[in-house]
Amino acid sequence: MMKLFRFLRPYRIPIGFVLALVFVQSLSDLYLPTLMSDIVDTGIVQGDTPYILRIGGFMLLVAAGGMICSIGASYLSSKVAAGFGRLLRGKVFAHVENFSLQEFDKIGTASLITRTTNDITQLQQVLIMILRMMVSAPMMCIGGIIMAVSKDAKLTLVLAVAIPLLALAIFAVASKGIPLFKAMQVKLDKLNLVLREGLTGIRVIRSFNRIDHEKERFNEANQDLTNTAVKVNRIMASLMPLMMLAMNFSTIAIIWFGSIRIDNGHMQVGSLMAFIQYAMQIMFSLIMVSIIFVMIPRASASAARINEVLNMQSDIKDAAQVKQANRERGYIEFNDVTFSYPGAEQPAISNISFSASPGETTAIIGGTGSGKSTLLSLIPRFYDVDSGSIMVNGVDVREMAQQDVRSKIGFVPQKAVLFTGTINDNICYGKQDATDEEIRHAANIAQATEFISAMQDGFDSEIAQGGSNVSGGQKQRLSIARALVRRPEIYVFDDSFSALDFKTDAKLRAALKEETTESTVLLVAQRVSTVMDADRIIVLDEGRIAGIGTHRQLMDSCSVYREIVSSQLSEEEIA
Amino acid sequence: MSEQQRGPKPGGHRGPMGPGMSMPAEKAKDFKGTLKRLMGYLKPRKYQLITVFIMAVLSTVFTIVSPKIMGKATTKLFEGLMTGTGIDFEYIWQILLVLIGLYLVSAMFSYIQQYLMAGVAQRIVYDMRKQVNAKLSRLPLKYFDSRTHGEILSRVTNDVDNISSTLQQSLTQLITSVITIIGVIVMMLTISPLMTLICILTLPLSFVVTIMIAKRSQKHFKSQQTSLGHLNGHVEEMYTGHKIVKAFGREDKSLDEFNKINDKLYDSSWRSQFISGMIMPLMSFIGNIGYVLICVVGGVLVTKRTIEIGDIQAFIQYARQFTQPIAQAANIANMIQSTIASAERVFEVLDEEEEVQEAANAATIAQPQGDVRFEHVQFGYKEDAMLIEDMNIDVKQGQTIAIVGPTGAGKTTLINLLMRFYEINDGAITIDGVNITDLKRGSLRSMFGMVLQDTWLFNGTIRDNIAYGRAGATEQDVVRAAKAAHADHFIRTLPDGYDTVLNEEASNISQGQKQLLTIARAILADPAILILDEATSSVDTRTEVYIQKAMNELMNGRTSFVIAHRLSTIRDADLILVMDRGSVIEKGNHEQLLEQDGFYADLYNSQFSGGGVRKEVV
Repeated sequence: MMKLFRFLRPYRIPIGFVLALVFVQSLSDLYLPTLMSDIVDTGIVQGDTPYILRIGGFMLLVAAGGMICSIGASYLSSKVAAGFGRLLRGKVFAHVENFSLQEFDKIGTASLITRTTNDITQLQQVLIMILRMMVSAPMMCIGGIIMAVSKDAKLTLVLAVAIPLLALAIFAVASKGIPLFKAMQVKLDKLNLVLREGLTGIRVIRSFNRIDHEKERFNEANQDLTNTAVKVNRIMASLMPLMMLAMNFSTIAIIWFGSIRIDNGHMQVGSLMAFIQYAMQIMFSLIMVSIIFVMIPRASASAARINEVLNMQSDIKDAAQVKQANRERGYIEFNDVTFSYPGAEQPAISNISFSASPGETTAIIGGTGSGKSTLLSLIPRFYDVDSGSIMVNGVDVREMAQQDVRSKIGFVPQKAVLFTGTINDNICYGKQDATDEEIRHAANIAQATEFISAMQDGFDSEIAQGGSNVSGGQKQRLSIARALVRRPEIYVFDDSFSALDFKTDAKLRAALKEETTESTVLLVAQRVSTVMDADRIIVLDEGRIAGIGTHRQLMDSCSVYREIVSSQLSEEEIA
Repeated sequence: MSEQQRGPKPGGHRGPMGPGMSMPAEKAKDFKGTLKRLMGYLKPRKYQLITVFIMAVLSTVFTIVSPKIMGKATTKLFEGLMTGTGIDFEYIWQILLVLIGLYLVSAMFSYIQQYLMAGVAQRIVYDMRKQVNAKLSRLPLKYFDSRTHGEILSRVTNDVDNISSTLQQSLTQLITSVITIIGVIVMMLTISPLMTLICILTLPLSFVVTIMIAKRSQKHFKSQQTSLGHLNGHVEEMYTGHKIVKAFGREDKSLDEFNKINDKLYDSSWRSQFISGMIMPLMSFIGNIGYVLICVVGGVLVTKRTIEIGDIQAFIQYARQFTQPIAQAANIANMIQSTIASAERVFEVLDEEEEVQEAANAATIAQPQGDVRFEHVQFGYKEDAMLIEDMNIDVKQGQTIAIVGPTGAGKTTLINLLMRFYEINDGAITIDGVNITDLKRGSLRSMFGMVLQDTWLFNGTIRDNIAYGRAGATEQDVVRAAKAAHADHFIRTLPDGYDTVLNEEASNISQGQKQLLTIARAILADPAILILDEATSSVDTRTEVYIQKAMNELMNGRTSFVIAHRLSTIRDADLILVMDRGSVIEKGNHEQLLEQDGFYADLYNSQFSGGGVRKEVV
């Protein structure tokens, strides 16, 4: 967690002020009992009412001063904590935006989201607690001890016994309780897991008649969690009474030993009263610290997760000297490309070589896990190849600027992703300065015009987050339109027609054909009917090219292709 | 000298937040009714709760009494000093002994109270969770299909948790706060009514300050919540769409947007923190005013011999105890409000309409044959929008029914009806001549074997996952089923074989392998009727061929409903049901349907023979 506090550097000066203000405020809090003891020892003993009033007025001033300091500290610490949160969030988000897909795979999208949002909010909250309470606690503690010693050094011995005892009690309870807290969290997660499984698998559970079995599983987890929760709470139940006992007993000890010292003339009654209050302040500050210590493990877990993100460096960076690749248009070449995902035993694709030129359609077919999508995602340099090279217009993609490579590509992913905003905004995502005419044209080709005009606000209709207000097929068509509006050199379709019904699929492909006469088209598909007419079909099998050629050539030469075809088409259609 | 019991909150997720950090609480729709119902849960444990209550009262009373007694010691000290007769140690010692006793007893009671409450609170929550879960298992699928999992989950976990920590902490806190306020006022009155008046004068001031600040900070907290929501939304969108952001080079735009939201969040965040952070200093200032007034007025009164010196000390302690519960009151009120809102959401689940009751003497079919009939079946998810009207089909044992249609055509509707996940609006579905509404649900469903497209596996070993198909399956049964599903080989290549534990998302095996496991599970169940939902669409092509063989064997002699994508299945089916937009629009066998030259013919031509449609488009 300390590592992250380097982001507090810009706030050094306000933090300094916070410390100073809290210090003054602690002093004022400590000064009040001293003044009170003056009232008792001087004012009351001598019956001097004006003196009492004077000191009283002075006490009010001190208290007001303390309040002003405290509000000032609160103002600054709020700004510091919120500023820290803003800075850290910005840093993490900007850093993540630079990640390649590799880093996303490693941490997981959901986890990255939590780290950018909840974890940072958590830290911000802890920081404000620290600035507000933890800073003042040691000051109160030390200040209290100094004052106590100055009032009566010998009586301070009582504290020398009481404070370690209190610390020990807190430590004993905490060391028993904290592991149980952790265990409880694990059990809570387990309960949630069982519950979530019960929800996602509800049809399976009911169809296999295993409702009772699932209930049993839930009750077990529930019982387990409850037992631990009871145990934890019972242990924690002893914490407060123990702390109170320690405080109260030391008060008694102070009175007893104090009265002996008063009897001997070493001390005055007012001082004794002040001393009791100091002891309370010291012990309360200890309790405060112990409460904050409970928060720290959780915050440091958050901090560790954030640090992991910040320390992760994307392997994919622009070369120092980037090359342009504008001499030609739409040429792609794979030279003996091999790529494996980090940590995988076997390469996802190996020894892939082929080339494609403008006006050609290259289709890739193969079973699940054969590496189709992986192959496509290497072109926009979402990942870097292990060996071999990918050339766009004769230039290695690793020598080009990432922005530059990607600006040549119209990418349509397998899972259509839309953003909040209007339909117009979403299509414009492909080309920021697209004219209305271009947008409508793209929508036309993508077979999206019909459903868009059926919507209430047409092209200005709002898309909800995650595109939940349009169907899967509509989403795909919009994401195709988004790529089309760019009029790119290279089109990459990653199984992008799967959610379309057959008629729309056919219409769309026909319209596309006319649109892409000057571009290279790469597409991944499951259906043989989609790939049959391609200029070149690449058959992938477990990451290797099992065959490459036209439909007819492959029917003769490639057994894997024949197997795929025969599972989908009838005899007469194959012929 | 006791504080209120404010330990770190066990069990709660709210974390120990300082006073004034509270978010605006949601309001319950029916506060009174829900509260009453929540009280119902406390009733069976009323004796324990009464004990807890008594303990809390006693412990608080003892801590309230002790400052006054301690004050007596101080007074005696002072007297001895002032009169010069020396200090009466005998008397002081006695007082201290009493104090030791009081403190011990008070601590003991406070411990017992917390200890008991832990058991009571957690048990109540345990019952609640159990009840909700049992309720969920009785709810019809309609309920689950119309809600997100997150929404349901949060009711069983977050809301119940919320109730748990309130029961554990706030309830006793409320009791002790009230007793402390009353007790302290009484004690102060017995010492000096005049000084009590001074002390109470500061009360309205604290109330006004608390309310004013709470009002202001709520506004900022709300806008903070809104900005936080925007920020989370943006982050979620950009991260899930990372590929697209990169592919279209929109990183800078996304960062700009983020910074804009982040700035807004910063603004509302520091404001809300600052304003709510003012409560503490202001309250302690008000407390200090009281303190000073007590010192001054008390000092003057002592010189006039109206009160004793020890009374000042006692008063100082009382005044401190006094402000604490008041500062807490706002917090507790907030928490109770949000707890009632949580309880209301939980009760909403408990009040949902359950599945239609089974007939009193529901039948079972001992040896199911698999004859299925739909007689004048009418069905719609909404009353006013019927999807299926007057559907009649007659399926004989061993026949295959192919269900065909574009994605999202509502093919799962038929499954929902067959398995009685949903109730039909009119007509009847019979199996072996028995109306399914006359059958026990368990018996009905055990006749079906199902392989869905979204494979469902749970966090457990592969063996357990396969054995899920039939309770009490032996090791040999599991292996045999795995072999039949062509899963045995890949399972044995895994490091732990059948003992491999699938992780939470079952991401340690491939989609195709998952599918194989669910097939093995269905094979093990050995049902009379099969439902295959695009079962093999994501298994790689070669494995698919093997699975197909296993499937064909499995389908042999069994009535099978297949949501089909494979031409051979469709063509060889005894009956094809063509679905579009949720309803069955055509039915018949392959030849009949082609002859009709309707939707099916169109579909067939576009999917399975390249030419057809393209001609009319180009």
